[in-house]
Amino acid sequence: MSTAIKIEALSKKYLISHQQGERYITFRSAITDGVKSVGRRILHPAGGTARANQKEEFWALKDVSFEVTPGDRLGIIGKNGAGKSTLLKIISRITEPTSGRVSMKGRVSSLLEVGTGFHPELTGRENIFLNGAILGMRKVEILKKFDEIVAFAEMEKFLDTPVKRYSSGMYVRLAFAVAAHLEPEILIIDEVLAVGDAQFQKKCMGKMESVGREGRTILFVSHNMAAVKSLCKWGIVLSRGEVSFRGAVEDAVEQYIGRDSLNKNEIHWDDIANAPENEYIRLKSVSIKALHGSVIDIASGAEITIDFYNKVAGKYIGIALHLFTLDGVCLFTTGIFLSDKEKAEIGMFSTKCVVPPYLLNAGGYKFNLLFIENRSDLLYRVEDVLSFEVEHTATLSGGGYMGRAVGVIRPKLDWTYEFSAR
Amino acid sequence: MNPAMNNDFDLILEAGRTEKNYWRDLWRYRELFFFLAWRDILVRYKQTVIGIAWSVLRPLLTMIVFTIVFGKIAKLPSGNTPYPILVFSALLPWQFFANAFTEASTSLIGSANMISKIYFPRLIVPTSSVIVSFVDFLFSGAILIALMAWYGYAPSVHIVALPLFIILAFGAAMGAGLWIAALNVKYRDFRYVVPFIVQFGLFISPVGFSSNVVPDRWRLIYALNPLVGVIDGFRWALLSDNATLYWPSVAFSMVIVALLLYTGILYFRATEKTFADVI
Repeated sequence: MSTAIKIEALSKKYLISHQQGERYITFRSAITDGVKSVGRRILHPAGGTARANQKEEFWALKDVSFEVTPGDRLGIIGKNGAGKSTLLKIISRITEPTSGRVSMKGRVSSLLEVGTGFHPELTGRENIFLNGAILGMRKVEILKKFDEIVAFAEMEKFLDTPVKRYSSGMYVRLAFAVAAHLEPEILIIDEVLAVGDAQFQKKCMGKMESVGREGRTILFVSHNMAAVKSLCKWGIVLSRGEVSFRGAVEDAVEQYIGRDSLNKNEIHWDDIANAPENEYIRLKSVSIKALHGSVIDIASGAEITIDFYNKVAGKYIGIALHLFTLDGVCLFTTGIFLSDKEKAEIGMFSTKCVVPPYLLNAGGYKFNLLFIENRSDLLYRVEDVLSFEVEHTATLSGGGYMGRAVGVIRPKLDWTYEFSAR
Repeated sequence: MNPAMNNDFDLILEAGRTEKNYWRDLWRYRELFFFLAWRDILVRYKQTVIGIAWSVLRPLLTMIVFTIVFGKIAKLPSGNTPYPILVFSALLPWQFFANAFTEASTSLIGSANMISKIYFPRLIVPTSSVIVSFVDFLFSGAILIALMAWYGYAPSVHIVALPLFIILAFGAAMGAGLWIAALNVKYRDFRYVVPFIVQFGLFISPVGFSSNVVPDRWRLIYALNPLVGVIDGFRWALLSDNATLYWPSVAFSMVIVALLLYTGILYFRATEKTFADVI
């Protein structure tokens, strides 16, 4: 079988300087360092590792190998800092590997950032030509596709306006439109979907899917699991610079999210000294997990467990939970009276709260906890106790990627309809 | 890996590998030279009131100042040539070199964003800033023609050799520009060195005076400054009475320029792969 991209034992090392200050070095320090190390070598001929004191090695990629056959669409997923961007930068020839080899067949185009090379003072029309040329298009190609690009970006009216007067949405639309009309055999895309409104994101996904159908090879990096699943057939999980999983994209996503949510969605304050507390209440642990399956998504529902220690006897106490989106919109408050009829004793309360399926939309959430006395008086308040992510893996329709639906909640409601023929 | 398998792939990336299709890539991206130069020219005079007139005004004002200082106050000899023409014929290549050198030195840092996000032959960036300065040079050239017409001064027949000296000036600007651009990426000290070189260079190059004032035994050493050959050549080609060109110093300048350009390209290519990591 033929191969479009072959990556063999690829590694990339960065030297992290532990000097404070800017990333670039001055000529003077280069000279003085050089002189110093020569001096050291003369004085201590045995100590060959003098420079290692100041610089630390960091392997952004370690021994990464895989192959991609022509027409494959491969998703690369992993946490921030896992080496995804470094990998794409090496494949797109922006930086050189420290060791290993990349072999490729066909014209490569990479889109690591939308709108690079745009000049704010130039008009939309001028920027189309400039950006096209930077991305490797010939002038005749750009001329041929010019109308298509403008139509895709939906900005006929603003073609002769300087780009600096554009809204950020328009800017991104134009930039993506140019890039989307490249015709490479291998397309490398990094996170471009993180921008633009939902409508346009959907359009971009559609364009990329059609590019994929034309038999191009695509490498796609994104944090949006639904987009990865919908666009790609194969997946690679990178963690700390190494390939930790290779296989079908569904398995890769499952693997990545599963591992991720294990360590994120619970906090145990085993050491009493560090636990959040005041004179009445001390938190012991807080956790959230999926009701069904291993991943919290729209359809899974969730169970929140709060264990706390009541330090003072003789109060009527209750607990309330305020749920917020990560940008601070309060969705609801919910609570329970723990000792409504009798006064509470000193001891441990373990409370559970079930969030039903099809309530929360995909996205990030956090909650505050409030401990209440006599139904109204605040005993203790803990802000941002835990944050969690409702993953974007399930869609209501079960179809392809539809983009994240708008709204903070995502209820499944009953619909009926009647139809009368004319 | 055996060579037969190598042939299967168009592109192989490895540490320290010199790409065999480097120059082919450069050719494929040839339009980018002009797009970048075109961008810089378009952008430069946006939101300025007199716009493109600046590129005429700057050399014109410099010429007037030099004529007054050297011609009228210091009363340096100019032969039969009007002093403004003597000055301007030297100012033309000098300004080209100084602008190209200055622009090239910051060109890579100015496109840091592009360099860390997109692949294209990096050589294009400093080269296109030299091209931009060359366009300015053509504008200034028009002033010289106007000036000659004003004084009714006919150029010598040597003018046929002018393209040779323009190429020499281009080579000097490119060579120095590549060095400084690549060095500046890693050592930002060169930001401060550049204005100094440009200021200093103006006075050690025969711009405000004719290099005939330099004693003959020093002229070869003087030609260590590659601009000496360039400027002398420009004067010789343009001015009819300044017919004595000291060829050894021109030849010497040519060697220096060739050396500068060759090592400039070598150094640039050796460092360009790490640009994205250190910029």
